[in-house]
Amino acid sequence: MTAGPFALSKNKDVQERHSVLQADGTIATGAQPRMEEEFLLEALRWMMKSRLYDTRVISLQRQGQFGVFSPGMGQEASIVGSAMALDPTRDWIVPQYRELMATVHHGLPLEIITAQYLGKIGPARIPDGVRVLPTQVSIAAQLPQATGLAWGLRLRGEDAVVMAYIGEGGSSEGDFHEALNLAGVTKSPIVFFLQNNQWAISTSRRVQSATASFAFRAAGYGFPGVQVDGNDVMAVYDVAVAAVERARKGEGPTLIESVTYRMSFHNTTDNPSRYEDPKEHEEARTRDPIERVQKYLTGLGLWDKKREAALTEELTQENEAALQLAFAAPAPVPADVFANVYDHPPQRVVQQEAELLDGRRD
Amino acid sequence: MPEEKLYRVALREALGEEMERDDTVYLIGEDIGKFGGAYRVTDGLLDKFGAERVVDAPIAEEVIVGTAIGSAMLGLRPVVEMMTINFSLVAYDQIVNNAAKIRYMFGGEANVPLVIRMPGGAGHQLSAQHSHSLEVLYGLIPGLLVVAPTTPEDAKGMLKSAIRTNNPVMFLESMSLYNVRGMVPDGDYTTPLGQAAVRRKGADLTIVGVSRMAVLANEAAKQLEEEDIDVEVIDLRSIRPIDWPPIVESVNRTTRCMVVEEGWATYGVTAEIAAGVQERCFDYLDAPIRRLGGAQVPMPYSLPLEKASIPTSEDIKRMARKVVGRKTDA
Ligand SMILES: Cc1ncc(C[n+]2csc(CCOP(=O)(O)OP(=O)(O)O)c2C)c(N)n1
Ligand SMILES: [Mg+2]
Repeated sequence: MTAGPFALSKNKDVQERHSVLQADGTIATGAQPRMEEEFLLEALRWMMKSRLYDTRVISLQRQGQFGVFSPGMGQEASIVGSAMALDPTRDWIVPQYRELMATVHHGLPLEIITAQYLGKIGPARIPDGVRVLPTQVSIAAQLPQATGLAWGLRLRGEDAVVMAYIGEGGSSEGDFHEALNLAGVTKSPIVFFLQNNQWAISTSRRVQSATASFAFRAAGYGFPGVQVDGNDVMAVYDVAVAAVERARKGEGPTLIESVTYRMSFHNTTDNPSRYEDPKEHEEARTRDPIERVQKYLTGLGLWDKKREAALTEELTQENEAALQLAFAAPAPVPADVFANVYDHPPQRVVQQEAELLDGRRD
Repeated sequence: MPEEKLYRVALREALGEEMERDDTVYLIGEDIGKFGGAYRVTDGLLDKFGAERVVDAPIAEEVIVGTAIGSAMLGLRPVVEMMTINFSLVAYDQIVNNAAKIRYMFGGEANVPLVIRMPGGAGHQLSAQHSHSLEVLYGLIPGLLVVAPTTPEDAKGMLKSAIRTNNPVMFLESMSLYNVRGMVPDGDYTTPLGQAAVRRKGADLTIVGVSRMAVLANEAAKQLEEEDIDVEVIDLRSIRPIDWPPIVESVNRTTRCMVVEEGWATYGVTAEIAAGVQERCFDYLDAPIRRLGGAQVPMPYSLPLEKASIPTSEDIKRMARKVVGRKTDA
């Protein structure tokens, strides 16, 4: 389906921001959402799960029981709507680090990604068959790899698409530009999903680029760029599905700029009051991605306080169960320091490891 | 009156005073403005000097260093902050192939008075791409000056020297030293680049420490006193060039030498020191030179594994006992 208010390949005016479900919980005039109500309820479930998990983990971190964590709060529509456009049995997700629930939606068990934050090793291993790359620290380095993954999938004749995530901050790195350029040249089956949450640690979006829209950048690489209201799960889903379909048909990459807002902080060590204008924050709060879905569904008679309480309870239990599993998973042992440096470690390396383990002897 | 100050405050003072003294000095880096830098070194400097001299850059290390080089050739004195030495790898081409070589390739026609400040080191669960020391990657490049101050006094004095020299300086800080306190002299002073410092006199063994490991070596030396092992500690301070005379003088006297770094010892700074000591002190040595470095793996994220991967003062003591021929783990 490429008709509707939004036909990617025809969309020349990237500044136009695709919108379906507005902040007040009403549908934009003329919008023809793909998401049906049943599916919207499913999206709401994932968004609420994401926020509940973030809230819980932040409090655990404050008590010293969890690693440094970057929550997805405020970006749930962006995170969930994009993941829902993929087919977990064949498509891939290449995350930056703020898309935890997208990877869970894609089949990475919550207890496994949680175990990773707890410094577990074996129990944090991504299971075979789950098409998700691990997060990494070196900003934007995942994008050239994502392009390579997409290109490789096509060379292998797989009918698969890669959804690669990046922040607006990360899009300043050379890696971003080089990855998009090569993806355009090779017409690789990839969607670059840029979450513009207005902040990169303390650095404002305006410092990253003089462009009016990050989506404009796609033009320089020969493929479409679209901008979407990243707090509108119906709109995000629309643009993501269209981009995935385009990639699957062999028409090449799409850059999606999902305009959203980082409602919490960079990570649990950050205190945005040092640099964030409280007015900007308050204004963003009125555009909450979860509340607008709840409002809309309430209008349709599909949502009420009772249902909200019941689902909150259910999701809290679900998250708690995953956390318990992760906490209970075995902690690494000293020998794990050397595990996985090499496939078939050279004999000399094995010997050095043994020496090191019984007292430093380098 | 000299005052006790934090390492990070000493650095901040050096930046502020040099910016005051010379209006060609400017700062550029990620989150150095309102945020005050990832380790709060530049806190308050934006208010004082404005956004043209305290420049928050896009996340793009290569262009940060590249533009700094361009402006430096023009005579400005950029001081770049990299969030960690690990991210400087994104700018490695600009640093190694350009900053270090431009003067030479241009027949001396252009200087690159550039300083790149960056912390290294592990211990904060920042994982494999954010925790390494990597001094050696810059130590091996002719054309660069590479220093690693360990005290607030040196941090300030050496940063001032680094800003004033016309050569590109890799100024290696340590994440674990920012909160260290120490006496800082009054007024405008500089500490020369290129000099090692003897931190402690001793007769039995010379330990040369690189960056934070010099601090740990000092702690270990104090404890070894109780075991009747009298250790001389040399803080290398300058990784390029290496200040050989105090090291050679010391080893010829103690006849034993051990070298410690947080990074990987194989091909590491310790390898270079050990080789140089062997060449210069062979006839005096009574024991093989020993090296201690971090585990030769990408830094683990797991807290206990990370701890196990970084040399501790216990590790230093254990190796020191071996070098002086004492029974270990007595
Ligand atoms: C190469 C590199 N440079 C700098 C950093 C430090 N850093 C970590 S996250 C971040 C901000 C990223 O912002 P953005 O891409 O917008 O993602 P967001 O945090 O907003 O999701 C920075 C500068 C890094 N991890 N890697
Ligand atoms: Mg951002």
